[in-house]
Order: sequence, then structure tokens, then C-alpha cells
Amino acid sequence: MAELGLQENEFKNPVVHWIDARLPVFTAMHKEYRQFPTPKNFNYFWNFGALATVNLAIMIITGIFLAMNYNPSTAGAFDSVERIMRDVNWGWMIRYLHVVGASLFFVTVYVHIFRGLYYGSYKKPREMIWMLGVVLLLLLMATAFMGYVLPWGQMSFWGATVITNLFGAIPVVGHGIVTWLWGGFAVANPTLNRFFSLHYLLPFIIVGFLVLHIMALHTVGSNNPLGIDVKGPQDTLPFHPYYTVKDSVGVCVYLIVFAILVFFIPHQPLLMDPNNSIQANPLQTPSDIVPEWYFLPFYAILRSVPNKLGGVVLLFGSIFVLFFLPWLDTSPVRSCRFRPIMRWLWVLFVIDVFVLGYVGANRPVGIFILLGRIATVWYYIHMLIFLPLVGKLERPLPLPESISKSVLGGGALPSAAAARPMEKA
Amino acid sequence: MRTLALAAAALGLALSALPAAAQETPPLPRVFWSFEGPFGTIDQAAAQRGYQVYKQVCSACHSMTQFHFRDLAGIGYTPEQIAAIAASVQVPGPPNAQGQSSPVPGKPADAFPSPFPTQAAAEAAFNGAVPPDQSLMANAFEGGPTYIYAILNGFRNPPPGITVPPGRYYNIYFPGNLIAMPPPLHDGAVTYADGTPATVPQMAHDVATFLYFVANPHADQRKRIGVHVVLFLVFVTGLTYALKRKVWSDVEH
Repeated sequence: MAELGLQENEFKNPVVHWIDARLPVFTAMHKEYRQFPTPKNFNYFWNFGALATVNLAIMIITGIFLAMNYNPSTAGAFDSVERIMRDVNWGWMIRYLHVVGASLFFVTVYVHIFRGLYYGSYKKPREMIWMLGVVLLLLLMATAFMGYVLPWGQMSFWGATVITNLFGAIPVVGHGIVTWLWGGFAVANPTLNRFFSLHYLLPFIIVGFLVLHIMALHTVGSNNPLGIDVKGPQDTLPFHPYYTVKDSVGVCVYLIVFAILVFFIPHQPLLMDPNNSIQANPLQTPSDIVPEWYFLPFYAILRSVPNKLGGVVLLFGSIFVLFFLPWLDTSPVRSCRFRPIMRWLWVLFVIDVFVLGYVGANRPVGIFILLGRIATVWYYIHMLIFLPLVGKLERPLPLPESISKSVLGGGALPSAAAARPMEKA
Repeated sequence: MRTLALAAAALGLALSALPAAAQETPPLPRVFWSFEGPFGTIDQAAAQRGYQVYKQVCSACHSMTQFHFRDLAGIGYTPEQIAAIAASVQVPGPPNAQGQSSPVPGKPADAFPSPFPTQAAAEAAFNGAVPPDQSLMANAFEGGPTYIYAILNGFRNPPPGITVPPGRYYNIYFPGNLIAMPPPLHDGAVTYADGTPATVPQMAHDVATFLYFVANPHADQRKRIGVHVVLFLVFVTGLTYALKRKVWSDVEH
């Protein structure tokens, strides 16, 4: 059987066998997506990684077809998008899928991140998965921002102007950097051209980092709602068919939401700002320049500091601090189910981010200034003070002995209440 | 723990106590549109009347560059009617041997011609306040067609103490209240082919319906397909969930 240099495999199909002996892709798929031992107690929050992946695929496919009909010039961009909407076969559907997909991408990714925060998925040994995830978030934000500029509506133009100008806050070299980013002295044709080029490039870099994200995941294995380590085969199930089918249920529900937005309310202002139905006009500033909803919390942080450089530092800091989360959180317990203080702080942190988003959507006047500042300070206090301190002070609830013991109802150490019944999936 | 609960309660209070954003203009009137909701469709008779208003009133100043004569099929015009409508309008023709272009009768594939040859000409004619293009107007404002309807019905005599500069008109729904557009409609401004009395609210409603169609020519088709897509997906979700239950039936979880 084992000839010199050929990879052994057990595939019956001769073609598959022949290929796998030379390029073991089938063995790899079998190991990573069929056998891959997965904790048996996932809840539906563990769907969101798969949902984000499906979303990425939808964005790349619809994006390729949009690019075939798009004209990346300030003179032609707006009209070419309208041509897609009116005259290209199914163009309206492809574009609405892309527009709605951008928003849903952030929904899936944000739920995925908050799930990781609650269940401590960033802790040892999963630090690398988490940090690659933060890189993915930054890439996603950059891609979304540049994509939003392409239709060349009023909000495209003015959003691009505001965001690129943030780099002007950097001392000494700031203005030079902004000119370099623009390729000129204002957001104009060279800016649009390079944003189009980068908007096409970055998704494929995202795919690359996603592969690394999943490689790291498959090296150390998945976390689970109990946050305890897998003790043996009785705690796990093969990924296929158990989690392929469970992810499929999630994907179906998510597609229903997707379809309702695309076919019935694509012009909901959160999905498409009405101002972007007006062609970009550098001589006319809209009364309010508001970023897309998924950037609003960060926008609120930016505006809560009365100093431009300070605001920019806190804005970028609010994301970069995530890289250090595995070391900022000092608690040895992963899941907030067993962290009586942190679970409430997590709830408050989620509320805090919503408050930031709400503040970001309103003009910085009156109560919104104070509210934005409180919420910004709370964001940083949570990251820099609560996570290190509470980990040391909090007395965690007793952990169940193992996943399967917890599932079968026995086995919890002194307090049985600590091991909550698994949600019925 | 108690402190945290208190902090959360305080936060909730702070949120509920937020003042409503300062209103410069009254809230938009409540208007019924045939195309509202997931099953609503565009009222073709109203849209045709609206097209008449557009043609006889709006198009004197507003361009509609993204819209083609052939698109009128979407509101029930026959190919013959569309050909006749297009032929009744002069559009720029192809250049002759000297490179000069002279107007020719339009064809269904032509875009609606603009009332001004260039943007600069429009700026010159309107002291810089160029009437916005109407192709996407129904999507370009919060409220959409309701906003258009409100503006067309919103002209009033200015309240005492407000001076309206020359070239501006007082409109209660326009941000800042001073709009450069003179009141475009008056009762009987058009004579409807179907005999509908041409009151200002009627014409405003009709033309807003037409402009909604112009901005969203695929809206009816989109919703019709959407109903099928959602029903299909609900069915597939049911099947997938049943499969999931079956696959997991042998697992203690």
C-alpha cells in the first residue's frame, strides 16, 4: 500500500485516493471538518463564526459582480451604481445583498466578539485566535469604510473626508499623511480609485487571516459555554454531522433575516443613509455627517474628547486594547457563568457600547456630551481596571467536573446550582 | 452587587430622561401610500397622473437623468404610448459631419432630457440654487415620498417677524423654512386625463407616487420575489431544524 513518498489514506474512491496520496486535501478536510472533536455543549451563540464566514462569501460573490459594472471615477461612479440598480439584470438585488450584507457582517461579528467576551474565549490557550480575530475586525472595518465611499454619494464623500482627516491629528507628519492617503489635496478621483482597488484587495486578505484564525482554533480546540477544558472523548462530538447541521439551522434563520431586509426594507436609514442617494458634492456639506451604525460607538468615543489628537488616540485605543485582553483579564475562570461579578460587568459593558452607539448617532450637544464621556470612561475602566482587578478579587462559583458530567446532571462540585442545565437545542 | 444594580438603574434613568431632539419643522403628516408594507404595490393610475404633473410642472426646472422613457412601462404605459411620449420630446441628436448636434425626436431608449444644457447654465438661471435631480429624490430624504408631499403642501405665509428674502419662499417642512423653490402647484395646475380633480394635495400625492416609482423602479418586483424567497427559506429552515433534531436525538445534551 504505502509506496515511497505517497501519503497513505483510506479513501475507497480511486480518484479521491489517488489525489489524496499526492495532495492530502481530503484527509485534511476529514480531520478538520468531519472528525474534529467539538465540545458537545455549544449553544446557538456558537453559530456566529459560521454566519460571519457565510456573510464573507456572500460579500465577495456579490462584490465581484458589482465590480463588473462599477465605474471607479468621480464622474461616473454614482451613475454606474444607478445603472446597476436600474438596468443591470438583477443588479438591484445584487447591490441590496451587498449593502445589507455589510451591516449584517458587523452584526454577526459583534455577536461573535461579545460571545467570546462572555465565555472567556480569549484566554489561554486561545490568545492567538483572539488576536487574529482583532486583526480581522480591523480589516473588516477598513474594508467597510472604503466600500462605503464607492457609491460616491454625499455621505460617501463626507464620511471619507472626516475619517481620513483623523490622521491629520498626528503631530508633525499628520497633514503629509492625509495628503498621501488622498493622493491629492482633497478626497477626489485618486482617492476613489485607490479605495476601489483596496476594497477589492482587502476581502482576500481577510480570507487569509480567517484561515489562520481557524487554524489556530483547530490547534487548541473550541471553547464552550462552561469554559472548562475538554476532559476526553465523552465531552465531544465529531464536527460533522452534529455541528454542520446545527450551523445550518443558524444559517437558515440568518438568511431569513437577510432576505427580509433585502427584499422589504433595504432603504431603512440604518442600512442606507438617505444622503447617499444624492451625488457627492464637495461644495455642499450635509447637515449631519454620521457614519454607518457599526462605527457609531467609536465615533462617540472620538467626539467625547475635546482635543482632536486625544479623541483619535482613544478611538484607535478602544480597538487596540482588545489585543491585550488575554492578559488584562486575570481570572483563571473563563466562562462568566461562574463569575458572579464579571457577568454583570459584562452586561453593563454591552449596555455601555449601546449607549456609545446612541450618543454617536446624535449631535454632541447637551446631555449627549456628558453621556458620551461617561460611556467612554466606562469602556476604558472596564478594560483596564475591572478586568484585571475583578479577576483577582472575585470568588468564582465552583466549576463542574467535566462537560459530560455537567450535561448528565451529576458531578458538579458542592454547588449543583452552578452547573446550569444546558439549553435545549 | 447592589452598587452595580444602582448604577444600571441610574443609567436607565439617564437614558429615559433624554430630551427630544430640537424640532425645527413639524413632524411629517401621516400619508397613506399604496406601496407601503411588504405587500403594497405602486398605484399605477396615481403614478400616471403623477407623471403628468412631472411633465407639465416639475420638468420645467428639474432634471431626471437616470430615468428613460422605456421605464414608463413600469407604471402601465404600452410600448406604443411610450414611443409616442418619447417622440413628442426633442432630445440631442447625433453629431453631423460638422460635429454639430441638432435636436431629434426621442426614442424609448433615451433618457429624459434635462431642462438645462449644462450644470453651469442651471446655476446661472437659478442664482446657484440648482433644482435637484429627481431620479432619486424619493430616496434622498428621511420620510421619502411623504417628505416630498409635505414640502409641496407646506407653503405658507411667513409668520409675523420673519422676513423672507427675495428668491426665497416660506415652507414649514423645509429645514430652516426658507426654500428657493416657488410654490409649484396650484389648484387646477394640470387637467387630469382621467378627470380626477387636480387639487394641490391630490397632485402632490400623485407626483410623490410617481417619484417613488422613478427612484425604485423594481420595488413591486422586489417585494413579490421577496415573499417567495422568505416562504422558501422558512420551509428550508423547518426541514433543517427537523434534520438537526434527528441527528442530535442520540446525544445526551
